Amino acid sequence: MCKIRQISIFVENKPGRLREMTNILKENEIDIRAVSISDTKDFGILRVIVNDPEKACLALKEADCTVTITDVLAVGIKDSPGGLFTVMDSLYNNGISVEYMYAFVSKSDDYACVILRVSDNEKTAKILADSGVKLYTSEEIYEM
Amino acid sequence: MFFQKDAETMSRKQIEDLQLERLKWLVDYCSKNIPFYHDRLEKAGVTADKIKCLEDIKYIPYTTKADIRDNYPFGLFGQPTKNIVRIHASSGTTGKPTVVGYTKNDIENWTTCMARLCVASGATEDDIAQVAFGYGLFTGALGLHYGLERIGATVVPTSSGNTEKQIMLMQDFQTTILVATPSYAQYIGEKAREMGVIDKLNLRLGLFGSEGCTEELRSQIEKTLGVFATDNYGMSELMGPGVSGECRHRCGLHINEDHFLMEVIDPETLDVLPKGSKGELVVTTLTKEGIPMLRYRTKDITQIDYDTCKCGRTFARMSKIMGRTDDMLKIRGVNVFPSQIESVLMNFNNIAPHYQLVITRAKFTDALEVKIELADGSLLENYSELENLRNAIHHDLKTVLGIETKVSLVEHKSLERFQGKAKRILDLRNES
Repeated sequence: MCKIRQISIFVENKPGRLREMTNILKENEIDIRAVSISDTKDFGILRVIVNDPEKACLALKEADCTVTITDVLAVGIKDSPGGLFTVMDSLYNNGISVEYMYAFVSKSDDYACVILRVSDNEKTAKILADSGVKLYTSEEIYEM
Repeated sequence: MFFQKDAETMSRKQIEDLQLERLKWLVDYCSKNIPFYHDRLEKAGVTADKIKCLEDIKYIPYTTKADIRDNYPFGLFGQPTKNIVRIHASSGTTGKPTVVGYTKNDIENWTTCMARLCVASGATEDDIAQVAFGYGLFTGALGLHYGLERIGATVVPTSSGNTEKQIMLMQDFQTTILVATPSYAQYIGEKAREMGVIDKLNLRLGLFGSEGCTEELRSQIEKTLGVFATDNYGMSELMGPGVSGECRHRCGLHINEDHFLMEVIDPETLDVLPKGSKGELVVTTLTKEGIPMLRYRTKDITQIDYDTCKCGRTFARMSKIMGRTDDMLKIRGVNVFPSQIESVLMNFNNIAPHYQLVITRAKFTDALEVKIELADGSLLENYSELENLRNAIHHDLKTVLGIETKVSLVEHKSLERFQGKAKRILDLRNES
């Protein structure tokens, strides 16, 4: 199973907070692969994929951040029109709903990487693999 | 003008004789009808016969809000519910409210007390009075309502809120008296000005209460609404409004001394202070049957002037409340204890046991923000979980406090780091 460890961090909407969080990662020599932040009026959740999730999580906790680690899927999508549709189409046909997702383009190949958060990782991974969609392993992501 | 001139102009000797007679009755009544008081009085060795003069009240133990809470809901009632015709309730220090009951006689006395204060402040039978206090368990609205009706004024029970309709009726009925909290009165004034109808109002008198009001705010309201504003005082534990109120001279609030015996004590040593001293107000209800109070510690700080007033009333006058000896807050006229908020927050596992209360005033309306530290990362899975937590806390606070709050989730340990542990309450209302 190709599960990727994602870190979610609770961030208040006030100046300097993102700077502080990213500084903690920097001080601990954590390399960020992907980042996503969404917010409400008062607070946001910062989600990151990093090269060493356990170390990053520990460092953030030591700095009194409220964090959690979640398993997500990293899907390789052909960097051409209709690439994302193929994935969404097979998820839809199998009744899988997406809680959230974000993407980044990898340096090494022709694929765009989409981080997917779904309710059932195992089932989704199987469905995608059966439809010939590429799933990245955590090693592949961390090494990217 | 007087509502009951004979009572309101008794000599000091007459007042004290009456108080002594009633105090003796009360001690007897309490030990016969209320097991809690029976035990307390017996332990203290106090019987009606032992009360020879008013000073002997010092042998009676104090009663506190905690005593009312411990006997929730009807334990301190002096009559079975068969004889109780009304229940009211106000904030308790924890989740349960402070419940009080009234007999027919209590309602009659309450109405009389309130009628006296209404007349003293200048209300007459020709007035149309709009009661913009919230009706319900809160004593304020019904207290003023009954008193104003008794003097023959036309009472319009609009309750609080729905300000535009409030102003429309005020204009259409040519309302002359407004009953409200000072901050709501000011809000109504600003709103009427905004609507362009301020000059079409016919208000002349404001009966304000249930929250503190500085002289500055008072003169601001008087200017905006064109009213003569008077202050009145009370609390549900003692009866509701009607305990004391200002006359036209506004040199303190006349206490209905035939129904209430006041003492001022040092809140630290609990010693009774000499007449005229500033300290915590302790009140004994002299006529109440539903839930009588023996030496109830109000936690309000005041001082009492016993000289006869220029208005002719001999009833002593207490100063406006100068502060509290506990951490009770008045928010939109409602009593709020930080301990109530604590008791709500304790039921949630995903938050740290630290919080901060930030009270602000915008557009003359108080706002309470409860800042809570998020401690549990598992809720970060998705927003709806965080929103659900926030909504659940908001709901429970509303249930216990009876007022709207803004619940803010903040980062773990951020409150201590920036505010220090002791600074749980940040009241910014009087800072501009």
